[in-house]
Parts: sequence; structure tokens; C-alpha cells
Amino acid sequence: MEGLPILSLMMLAPLAGAAACLFAGAAAARWIALGATLVTFVLGVVLWSNYQIGGPQWQFTEEANLFAGFQYKLGIDGIALMLIMLSVFLMPVCILASWESVQKRVGEYMAAFLFMEVLMIGTFAAQDLFLFYVFFEAGLIPMYLIIGVWGGDNRIYASYKFFLYTLFGSVLMLIAMFWMVAEAGTSDIPTLMQYSFPAGAQTWLWLAFFASFAVKVPMWPLHTWLPDAHVQAPTAGSVILAGVLLKLGGYGFIRFSLPMFPEASAQFAWLVFALSMIAVVYTSLVALVQTDMKKLIAYSSVAHMAIVTVGLFAFNVQGLEGAMIVMLSHGLVSGALFLCVGVIYDRLHTREIARYGGLAINMPYYALFFLLFTMASIGLPGTSGFVGEFLSLAGIYQTSSLVALICTTGIILGAAYMLYLYRRVAFGGQVNEDAAAMRDISAREWVMMAPIAAAVMWMGVYPESFLAPMRADIAVLDARLAAAAPAGDAKLAPGAPRAAAANAMPHHEGSETSSAKEGAH
Amino acid sequence: MHTILIIVFAPLVAALIAGLGNRFLGNVAAKSVTTGALLLSAGLSWPIFLGFIGGTESAEVVQVLKWVESGTLNFDWALRVDTLTAIMLVVINTVSALVHLYSWGYMEEDPDQPRFFAYLSLFTFAMLMLVTADNLVQMFFGWEGVGLASYLLIGFWFKKPSAGAAAIKAFVVNRVGDLGFMLGIFGTYLVFQTTSIPEILAAAPGMSGSTITFVGMRLYTMDILCILLFIGAMGKSAQLGLHTWLPDAMEGPTPVSALIHAATMVTAGVFMLCRLSPMFETAPTALTIVTIVGAATCFFAATIGTTQWDIKRVIAYSTCSQLGYMFFAAGVGAYGAAMFHLFTHAFFKALLFLGAGSVIHAMHHEQDMRYYGGLRKHIPFTFYAMLAGTLAITGLGVYHLGVGFAGFWSKDAILEVAYARHNGAGQFAFWAGAIAALLTSFYSWRLMFLTFWGKPRWIESEHIQHSVHKTPAEAGEDTTGGYHPHESPITMLIPLGLLTIGAIAAGQVFAPSFLDSAAFWNGSIFYNEDLIHAMHAVPYWVKYTALIVMLIGFAGAYVAYIAKPDIPAKFVATFGALHNFVYRKWYFDELYDAIFVKPAFWLGNKFWKLGDIGTIDRFGPNGIAWAVERSSVAAKSIQSGYVYTYALIMLLGLVAAVTFVLL
Repeated sequence: MEGLPILSLMMLAPLAGAAACLFAGAAAARWIALGATLVTFVLGVVLWSNYQIGGPQWQFTEEANLFAGFQYKLGIDGIALMLIMLSVFLMPVCILASWESVQKRVGEYMAAFLFMEVLMIGTFAAQDLFLFYVFFEAGLIPMYLIIGVWGGDNRIYASYKFFLYTLFGSVLMLIAMFWMVAEAGTSDIPTLMQYSFPAGAQTWLWLAFFASFAVKVPMWPLHTWLPDAHVQAPTAGSVILAGVLLKLGGYGFIRFSLPMFPEASAQFAWLVFALSMIAVVYTSLVALVQTDMKKLIAYSSVAHMAIVTVGLFAFNVQGLEGAMIVMLSHGLVSGALFLCVGVIYDRLHTREIARYGGLAINMPYYALFFLLFTMASIGLPGTSGFVGEFLSLAGIYQTSSLVALICTTGIILGAAYMLYLYRRVAFGGQVNEDAAAMRDISAREWVMMAPIAAAVMWMGVYPESFLAPMRADIAVLDARLAAAAPAGDAKLAPGAPRAAAANAMPHHEGSETSSAKEGAH
Repeated sequence: MHTILIIVFAPLVAALIAGLGNRFLGNVAAKSVTTGALLLSAGLSWPIFLGFIGGTESAEVVQVLKWVESGTLNFDWALRVDTLTAIMLVVINTVSALVHLYSWGYMEEDPDQPRFFAYLSLFTFAMLMLVTADNLVQMFFGWEGVGLASYLLIGFWFKKPSAGAAAIKAFVVNRVGDLGFMLGIFGTYLVFQTTSIPEILAAAPGMSGSTITFVGMRLYTMDILCILLFIGAMGKSAQLGLHTWLPDAMEGPTPVSALIHAATMVTAGVFMLCRLSPMFETAPTALTIVTIVGAATCFFAATIGTTQWDIKRVIAYSTCSQLGYMFFAAGVGAYGAAMFHLFTHAFFKALLFLGAGSVIHAMHHEQDMRYYGGLRKHIPFTFYAMLAGTLAITGLGVYHLGVGFAGFWSKDAILEVAYARHNGAGQFAFWAGAIAALLTSFYSWRLMFLTFWGKPRWIESEHIQHSVHKTPAEAGEDTTGGYHPHESPITMLIPLGLLTIGAIAAGQVFAPSFLDSAAFWNGSIFYNEDLIHAMHAVPYWVKYTALIVMLIGFAGAYVAYIAKPDIPAKFVATFGALHNFVYRKWYFDELYDAIFVKPAFWLGNKFWKLGDIGTIDRFGPNGIAWAVERSSVAAKSIQSGYVYTYALIMLLGLVAAVTFVLL
């Protein structure tokens, strides 16, 4: 593997595919796109299998000086590796999901997706601050196009909202980046992660980055672009939006805000907690009353991502690892849920929940997949959702039992809105004739869903595969945060242990002195 | 190869085969593979259990796979087998195997049999994971797994709206309890830095004097941890406040009610308390709460049982009530007695449910006891089985003769021990338990008299009318409507017969081990020898309380439903408000609907319409759009949809700026 620029290759493959798609006919473009994403995925598997757990922190590094001190510098740690794997895993699924549903300007559509894949890999692999910024912001352009050109009836409004929110944050972040480079004298991300910015400056830098990342996550109250974007986006657009683009915010926190501004992160943890607690309760309740399937799942995403943010700002290993697993899990599960919506949308062309019902009768395998992803979404143990939520909440409990209590109510509300959705779609009688006539999932749809289902179960039963590559990186981050970490609210105070068990009784053989002899039995 | 691996994973493999094979496999193959797996598991479980009684088995833990390692928070997939687990193994696998067999007959006409049997086996697997757990998180896995299976089985007939609603209710109400369980696990990890049960139990006494802050309150550490865990137990075991899902769960097929909602899953909370008993013994306040909640539940549920007409709902409330006994037994420190009642209850309650299923099967799906009557001679085998079950649950037995049905041994022990505990909570529990025992006897005999005695009232039933194609007017004097109830097929009668043996003899045979043998428990629960001695030393009137109240309840039911059948109507006419209060289940459903369900939807709508759309969007993006539109140049571009071109230009401009600055 020495010397092979695999990260660049992983970006080159979809880039070449994108270029080819622009000049290919519809049918050819589909196959080119599928081929290119599969090649990238295989390269991703090679990447993962060559990643040395316990090896150097940054691996597969590549460096090239471009013009004006602007550096093309790539490299990944375990955290970036997992997010790249998530991206390249979901991409072929997206292409398959668009196979029949997209008929207009197929070549351009496929090119947009492939180009987005290039930018997503670039974002996670970039080791230069400005290179990161370019990938990070440019990644949104194909998304604007996908929503704006191939979206639903109200696509213009949705893409406008998407644009406005994200632009607002990124301008502030860019200014902060300038300041940082001027102060530290480098734009090298690994170096900046070790750099100690003055505490006063950290406050402003943190807020500037927060503006950008909080929109991406999205955190309440900056979340209202998400439901509209999802509703208007084509299925595959929703999958990538929920699966990968939302993770950019969480990745930003873990790569920039926490390691670069640890004191400010501790200082503003209360803000993150407050917004997250509101998000869990507020958006879960909003999800409960939705009549549009995509909106419901979009709102549930906001609630789930709030668990990510509290985990990240718990300042301990469980919180950080939990947040990462929630991100990976949510990427798979919400992506799969949007696929589930897409499958029936393709058949009936409506997202109105009430237009369905009783699908377990005519689409039993569909109902099974939908059930699995529903259960993963509500964090059933044995699925990926549980591991992440559990670790994240266990992490936050050590910092604040109140935040843990409020956020854990998400498991009740989540069950309520997801099962209510499932009941209206899959259970009940077949009230709508056209819905009752829909056929069960096709071979293509099996190929889309089954791998995600397998990954969800794998991550639920043996998450070690995913935790192991990140362990050392999280430990480094945790060590860096340790000095700034706020004290937990538990304040466990030792006391003299009780002499006897709660139900100790006087000894039966006449000795009336209450004795502490229960240990003897 | 460890036997326990086969016991636990055979049902999972069978569930996957039957569930995924489904139509391709066909009914008989799916049924055979699942039933076969359960017979295998049950067959392998009994030798282990008898080995623990004989003292030849010893506790062991089989590691299966690493699960999670995150900092110091580590837990594995592992199977623990000790006395406590062995009891649960025989209960779960025996009842499950019998319910599988019973379902061959009961579900014979159902079009979806493979799915049903797959769910049953899946449930069994999850329940086995729960009881073999060596750490709290695996217990939670089983806990949620049985919740999933329960959800699927309650909603098995998903075309019925009521089944779908009941399934959601069961899951969500259980999740309220799970909130407590999860916080309990988090807190336990925070305090002990482990989720391993043996390590926690060893360290718990050392923490009994410590204090901790929870949501701003300063509390004894062990009290708050145990209270949180107990909230989890309350949800799963349908204790007062979190009980509302259990009666609705009767929407599921009757074999499900017998297996999940009587014999096994709902007892998980009791199991948890016993498994963690050394921990709970360091938390006096928590145990007082356990005692009071258990005692209150056992009384409360029994009152409702006296007024219901649906045969399954009567038994459901009875289950709820019996679980209350188990909890207050644990609360006063008699974990052995709690487990003993769990054990005997599994046999006689499964028997009663399967018997009820046999009656429902015979009566063309009618569940309303008002339309039964005189069935004794028509379905005699079912009648004798249910008679044995009724004698067991009402606890017929005589102390001085040393003989009694299963329920006599366990329930009597619980009442005695509550009395012997000699504290306020114990006294409350004793009297609540005694009154509940009277009510238990009354509603159980009421069920028997309404169903098997008296004149047939069948023609009033719509199900029967549907079957015989007659209205009550057409049937005239003949209140049977010409309907002929048939005894159930042999696959249903074999389980009834075997469970009848359990309901008669399980108490007599196993009482010495469960109640009096520290060696039998072998450290798997907190065994309080002094308390057991005090239990045996209670006055004779206490020992005869159970029998006396049982006879009073029997006599009451006899008078009201055989001798003077007009009494119930007169009672209702006189005490209408009281009857209504009890009949409407103390208005819990209405209350929860008003304070939780409706406000949740109302708030959701307000947050959405007034919060997101009315405030955030209005002053956020739409406000900006409005401002931009006022400046005419940009407005056209936004409306014509080229906003992304601007985005691109802006971005490229910024990149250019960066480059420029760095030069």
C-alpha cells in the first residue's frame, strides 16, 4: 500500500465517472454511475482493510503544494475512515434507488451524485483547513442542484431555504478560519488540533464554527430547512442528505470545535445541551403530528442528531464514541427509512401517510424491512441505533443527569411516532385499493435494502468492528479535552455503609441483637 | 459444546427459519421446526434445574462474543446459568413448548401460521437472553427483545385497528419503564464503573451509605439506583401506574396471552428484582416503595377483575394482581417466595389462559362470559383443567394437613412473610394481599360459575348467531340456539393436561427447595434465613388467612352467581358509581389520555404550526426572502430558481479571496 494515493484514487474514480456521465445516454449513465460507485466502494474496503488499528494517528497521507501555499493534503484517522466508509457504502444504493425513478436528464443527475461523492470523501480526508472548506461548501452545490432540478413541486423554495441557512453559517466560519491561520501560522489541520488558541479568542472562533455546524446537524432552531429539503428532494437525495450531509456538522464538531477550542467547548456546553434537549422533545412531538412520511422522518432526524450533539459535548469517551456510532447508525437507518418511503412513493406517487395502510398484507417483505429499520430507529438493542444511543446517553449521564433524563425521553417519544407511522402504513386494513394493489419489493430493491439491513444488525451485535478503528483517536481527543472537561453533577459522596441489609431480621435463635451477618448466608 | 448455547439459540434459529422461510416452507414445516426447537430446549432445561435441586449443578458463565468496549464501559454477550436462571429456563421453555404445541390446534385456521410460530420462538429467544444475562445491558437487550415480540404478537391480527393500537400502547408504556431502566443502568455504571451483575452485587453493600445527586436532588445512591431500575420492572410487569397496556394486550391470540402476558414476560420485573436482590437489600427506601406498589397493585387489579365480562380480561387483571404479590414478597425480603410464586403462577396462569382459549375456541370466538353458561358438560376436559387452575390460583390448601394446590404454597408463604416482616409496609402488604386473595377467589369462581354452570346464554352472542344463522328471537326458548360446543383437538388438550399436573403439584413438590433451602439458591439471590424462620413462626390465624378468605370469596361468588343470580344487578343498581369506577378500571385510560396523549398531539401541532412555521420560518428564511424581494433585482433570480448559481459564484469568490490573502 505504500505510496499508492488511495484517497486520491477514491476521489478520482467518481470524478471520472461524473465526467463520463455528462456525455453518456440515460441507460449508459446509470451503468457508469453504478460502476464508478462500486469501484469506489471496493477501494473503500481496501482502505479499511489496510487501515492499521493502533498505527499512526494519520494514515494514507498525501501532500502536494499547490499555488500560493495552498496545499492539497489528505489523510485520515479512524473517525474519518468510518465516515468515508458510510459515504461510499450509501452511494451505490443511491444510484440504484434512482434507477427507475429518475427519467429526466439522467446523465447530469448521475454526474451530480458522483461529483458529490468526490466532495464528501474530500471533506473527510482533507488535512488542510482551506481544502476542507472548499470541499465542505462545494459539497452543497450538487445537493442544491439535485433538489432544485430533480425535486418535487416546491423545490425552488426548499433549495432556497437550504442555501440561505448553509451560506449564513459558512461565511462566519470562513472568517474564523482566516483568523486562525494568521494566528497559528499554518492551515494544517493536525497541527491546529494541537494548537492552543487564547481562551478569549476561542469563544469567538467556537461561535463562528458553531454557526456553520449547527446548521448542518441541524440543531434546533436552525432545523427548518431540513424537512422542506427532504420533502422536495428525490429519494436518493434524501438518503445522502440524511445519511452523509448531516454528518458533516457532527464531524465538524469532533474535528474542529472540540480539539481546537476545548475551553470554549466546555464554556458553551450548556448551550449545546439546552438546544439538544429542546430538539429531542420539540421535534419528536412535531414528528408525531406529521401526515407526510418524509417530513416525519426528517423531524426524527433532528431529534436523533440532538443525541449526537449531547454525546459530543459530554466530554468523555462514552459520549464521543456513542455520538460517532449514532452518526453512523443514523446514516444507515434514516437513509434506509427514506428508501422505504421511496419504494412506495415510486408506486403510488404520494407521501401522504393516510393513502397507504395494510401493506403488511400485499408487501410482506417490504413490511419486514420497514419494521427492522423502524426498530433500529427507535434504538432496539441488537440494532445499531441502540449501541449509539446507549453510549451517548451513558456519556451525558456522567456529566448531567438532568440532560440525560430529558434526552432519554426520546426513547419514549421516538417509539410513539415511529410505531404510529408504521401502524398507519403497514398495519390496519387495506383501505386504499391502489395501495392494496402494489407489488412487493423487486430484486433491485432487495439489493438496495438487504446490505443496509445487514450493516445495521452487524453494528448492533458486534459494534467492535466500528469502534476499534476510532478508539485511539477518541482517546487522544478525550485526553485533550480532559483539562477543560466540566465536573459531573453526580457528586458521589462516600458514607459509612449500613450495618445490615434492609430486610435484616432479629436472629431466630434468641439473640435479639440485630446482627450484620447476612453475608454469611 | 455447552448445553445452554443450544437451549438459547435453538429458538432463534427456528424463528429465523420459520419467519424468513414463511410461505416457501409451508405451515407444517414452520410449525414443526419451531415446536421441535422448543421441545429440545425444554428437554435440555429440566435436567439443569433438577441438577440444581439435587446440588449436582454449579453456576457457570459462558462467554459468547464481545459486545461493546468504550472506555471503561464494557459488556459482552454471555450466558449465565445459576439456580435463578435454571428456574426461569424451565418455566420459559416448558410453557413455551406447550404453547407452541397448543397453537397447532388453536391457530389451525389462521392463514399466517409460520409468522405466528416465528414470533413465538423469537420471543422465547429474547426471554432466554434476558434470564441468562450476566450484565445489565444484555438484560436490557432481552427486555427490549421480549417487548418487540410482545408488540408483534399483540398486533398479530394487524388488520384489526384495536390490535394495532394495543400493540403500540404496550410498546410505548413499556418504554416509559425502560426510561427508568436505562437511567438506572447509566447510574449504576457511573457509581460502580461496570455493568457486570456479579461485580455490582459484590460492591453494592459498600456504597450503601453514600449519597449522590440526581436531577438536583441529593439522595442515597443505592435508593435512587434501585428506584430507577424498579421503574423499569414496573413497566414490564404491569404494576400500578404502568399497568394500562396489559389488559389491552389481550388483543393478541390467546396462546400469546398465556405465554407472554401471564407466565413469562410480565414476570421479568420480578426476576430482575431477585437477580439484583443483594443490591436492593442495600436500599431500604426503594424496597419500601416496591412493597407498597406491589401491594397496591395486587389489591387494585383484583377489584377490577371482579367486574369485567371478557374472560381474558378477567385473567389479565388477575395476572396483574398476582404480580403484585410477587413484588411485595420481594419488597419485604422474601425473594425465594417471590420466585416460588412466579414459578407456580406460570403453571396455573398459563393453564387458565389456555383453558380460556379452549372455551373461546369452543364458543366460536366469543369472549364475553355473559354469553357462556352451562359449558361443564360440553367441554368436560377443559372444565376440569380450568377447575384445577382455579383451585390453584385461589390457593386451596390446609396448613395442618400439609397439602394444597400450587398457589396455596406460594401465596400463603408470601402472606405469612409479609406479616412476619413486622414493619409498616409489611403489614399494609399483608392486609392488601389478604383482601386481594378474597377478591381473587371471588372473581375466579365468578368466572367458573358464569362459564361452566347455569343455563346456556349462547344465543345472545353475535358470534354464535353468526355460526347458527339465527337471531335470539328465532331461537325462542332454546337459548343454545342449537349451537354445539366441541371439545378442543388433542394438540390443545395435551398442554392443558400437563399444565394441570403443574397447577396441582408444583407447589407441594418444590416448596422445600424454594422456600427453605439456602443450599438450593446457592447465592443466586439474597436469602434471608432469619426472615424465613420468622415466617414459619407466624400465628396460626395468619397461616389460615388465605384459606379463610378463599372460602369467603367462593361463597360470595356462589351466592351471587348460582344461588341468587339477581344479586349482581341489584348491587350495580345500588352502588352504581362505585361499580362504574371499578368497571371503568379506575379511569386510568381516560386520565392518561387526558394528561399525556392529547397534550402530546396538541403540543406537537402547536410547535409545528406556531413554532416552526409561525416563528422560525416567518422571521428566519421567509423574512429574509421578503426583504430580498423588496430589492427588485434579486427577486427575479430567486423566483426563477437560479439561486444556486449565486451560491456557486459566492463560493468561488470566497475561494479566490483566500488565495489572495495567502499570497
